[in-house]
Amino acid sequence: MVATEQYVGSPVLRKEDAKLLTGQGNFVDNQSMAGMVWMALVRPPHVHATIQSIDTAAAASMPGVVGVYTAADLETAFPAALPMVWPITEDIKIPTHWPLTKDKIRFAGDAVAVVVAETREQAEDAAEMVTVSASDLPAVTDLEEAATDEVVIHEDLGTNVVVHWSHGGGGDQSVFDSAPVIVQERFTQPRLIPNAIEPRGCLAYGSPAAGEFTLVSATQIPHICRVGLSIATGVPQSKLRIIAPDVGGGFGSKLNVYAEEALALALTRSIGRPVKWIETRPENYVATIHGRGVLHDCTLAGTEDGEIQGMKFVELADMGAYFQLLTPGIPELGGWVYMGPYDTKAYWYEFKGIITNATPTDAYRGAGRPEATFVIERLVDAYARRIGMDPADVRRKNFLPPSAEAFASVMGLSIDSANYEPTFDRALELAEYDQMRKEQQARRDRGDTKQLGIGLSSYIEMCGLAPSEILGALRYVAGGWDAAEIECRPDGKVVVRTGTSPHGQGHETSWSQIVADGLGVTPDDVEVLHGDTSVSRLGMDTYGSRSASVGAEAVARALEKVRAKARTIAAHELEVAEDDLEWTDGAFRVSGAPDKARTIPELAASAWHAHALPADMEPMLEGTAVWDPPNFTWPGGTHICVVEVDTETGKTDIMRYVAVDDCGNVINPMIVEGQVQGGVAQGVAEALYEEALYDESGNLMSSSMTQYLVPTAVEIPSITQDRTVTPSTTNSLGVKGIGEAGTIASPPAVVNAVIDAVSHLGVSHIDKPASPERVWRAIRDAQGGAA
Amino acid sequence: MTNVSVTVNGQSREADVEPRTLLVYFLRETLGLTGTNVGCDTSTCGSCTVLVDGESVKSCTMLAAQADGRDVTTIEAMAHGDTMHPIQDAFHRNHGLQCGYCTPGMVMAAASYLQENPTPTEEDVREALEGNLCRCTGYQNIVKSILDAAGSMSGAPETTRA
Repeated sequence: MVATEQYVGSPVLRKEDAKLLTGQGNFVDNQSMAGMVWMALVRPPHVHATIQSIDTAAAASMPGVVGVYTAADLETAFPAALPMVWPITEDIKIPTHWPLTKDKIRFAGDAVAVVVAETREQAEDAAEMVTVSASDLPAVTDLEEAATDEVVIHEDLGTNVVVHWSHGGGGDQSVFDSAPVIVQERFTQPRLIPNAIEPRGCLAYGSPAAGEFTLVSATQIPHICRVGLSIATGVPQSKLRIIAPDVGGGFGSKLNVYAEEALALALTRSIGRPVKWIETRPENYVATIHGRGVLHDCTLAGTEDGEIQGMKFVELADMGAYFQLLTPGIPELGGWVYMGPYDTKAYWYEFKGIITNATPTDAYRGAGRPEATFVIERLVDAYARRIGMDPADVRRKNFLPPSAEAFASVMGLSIDSANYEPTFDRALELAEYDQMRKEQQARRDRGDTKQLGIGLSSYIEMCGLAPSEILGALRYVAGGWDAAEIECRPDGKVVVRTGTSPHGQGHETSWSQIVADGLGVTPDDVEVLHGDTSVSRLGMDTYGSRSASVGAEAVARALEKVRAKARTIAAHELEVAEDDLEWTDGAFRVSGAPDKARTIPELAASAWHAHALPADMEPMLEGTAVWDPPNFTWPGGTHICVVEVDTETGKTDIMRYVAVDDCGNVINPMIVEGQVQGGVAQGVAEALYEEALYDESGNLMSSSMTQYLVPTAVEIPSITQDRTVTPSTTNSLGVKGIGEAGTIASPPAVVNAVIDAVSHLGVSHIDKPASPERVWRAIRDAQGGAA
Repeated sequence: MTNVSVTVNGQSREADVEPRTLLVYFLRETLGLTGTNVGCDTSTCGSCTVLVDGESVKSCTMLAAQADGRDVTTIEAMAHGDTMHPIQDAFHRNHGLQCGYCTPGMVMAAASYLQENPTPTEEDVREALEGNLCRCTGYQNIVKSILDAAGSMSGAPETTRA
């Protein structure tokens, strides 16, 4: 059937749903193989300790145990340490990070040995029997304490301060001394645990004789894993296949090359049997990356009437005990958005990366940009309070105007397109901002126990990672392109191979909408394949809100090649010039004689049997595109949160949450809205509930889901959403990316609202998460301990 | 080893298992019913929710031996052929899932709850889902899906309930 419907822009229901709803998902833990053995890691109860000896004898004699391996046993298995691909400065000091630690334990979770056994229970039981003799060293998890180098965690580096990156500044720096109003604030942002509901896991198998191996892994990045694991294990990329099956959420936590993946590959190579590992949740809390963990000293220079003249940020960032794949680059990713959507004339940003005795940090939904947006938006509110202006008026006064000059921004990169004020106005309207302010005043006048607070957050985002040339200039070792292949089968069906690797984002549906429109078929006629390096040969995977603006754009470009070839065949068969053909109602039709037509399925059959193609034309109707974007994409928007704070208990309830985002054109509005809802939920969690806490000895106190407060349906509000549309100029689809926007925008909206609710009581600062205890203490302290 | 005999999705199933075997691993590994997922090992996340004698149970909190002689329903039995259960269909129509990992548990929890309370309010649904974590959706469309399913299952317009 020929479709004439326009699918792009419509809320097409997801093709992914049926199998997931019926229990037919193909998650890695659902896969097993004949002869398969299980792997369990030995993570001793030490935080920072020198290893004297590891006794594996008792474990090795346990039932079902195939082998117990320490770093010494695997010396030759790993020609290189685990990869870190973003050495952001020339003089960065890089901790060596082996899959198993050799002589020292540097954080709770550092593995010293691995057990392989016939069953999971046998492997886990035997892992308990490995005894490690180690002498404890003082542990340091506090950033400022670690920065003093009283305890050095990697002796060979000589310091915990392993990297210092400075943006270098832009504009007139003297405003930071001479402006009429100088606001200085310090903000801490705790570590967060990503908590994808599916833990990590992998299954490695292959043929040692052939030297060929496959790793099925719960990863966001099969293509990057193939490169990274090839380096770590020495298996050539040509003999290494990575499969990301159905993956149960990532949020950056599966954007990595992990020790367990390298170990499973190395062990299947030496044992010759399939090796499987599934992470437990307590393991996930210590051995999968954390996010955030930063401390900012901030300065805003402005006038008395609300003009921001400059913003300056100096950050300490917790790297954890080692670098994972991107660790030192995460603060730098935020380093380009510290002006927010504002026309600030002077810019300064620098950070130091600090090694601590804690789980490595890396990209967690937003990666550097939530950290930046939080401090900008908190600082702008502090400035508004200082000069006695409404925070909405301060924001409106300072938005970058929608002009090319403004977009060539003070931070040094150019914004693709933006128009902040209409988005802002729509958010104020949906939040009934003026009415809320009146209600707030009434409650203050009455001295109500429950006070109202209104929090604003206007953000910009740099996403669509990324133009390869800029990545090169930033010393990232890979490119930022992506790829797509489209193959039209002779039965009228279409196969698309995408280099993106979705794990909940619905690319199968969205990409098929684009292809259906371009080929005059329905989305159900289009099969989108992904997540397997032998199927989708080329790609750079899914992270950094890049999939639509880079991956789907590659699909659109491959589509143009297919259409061009189809047009040539159609002209040949209809015996007209190509210029005499029009694309209408899902077919190439002869101008003036629309019944003389060829559909794509007809042309695909012609190209397949190849009986009568134009001279020199290759058979098959197919096209491939590799797309390297010329710029990032720069979404923006305003979120407004209205809260009620109980001044007697400190408890916060969200009364209203409005999100107005501008992510350019949208392919599937239903999916875009879902991305914002999920992102906002994670940001609300960050603002009010979640915090990874270490005790003084460096043990993770929030060590399971029962201690770390992942919010439920009771805590997370339904949100009110709208969009404005300022198409991106970076790609032909005009799309910008929406996966991280909610998480970037929401934490300051919520915390600003909480502070706003009690600011009349003298409160000007509350750290994340704004728990009832923190809020209650802030009120009490502001009132001189009398509350 | 302990012998357990359980009716699972209408079929009687019997096996010898280690006494420490949890119901979820009996379902997943002994019977090969992998639709029920494991997310936390601490009975917090609710991904492994199934029905035991019609009521929702986190199958990582129950030993297989405790299910002996009882009737267990898993996600695999919710659809009939190509026809999804109204709750599954509502999740599809309302974009109530993203990665889909928590989804089987959510559907089973909702099935149990809607039997108890066929006409819930939004607040009721949110309270009922307190034992099931989702990290992708922010719950908004899950709640919407369940309210929608309640409407279609009872045949009354959903707007009267929301």
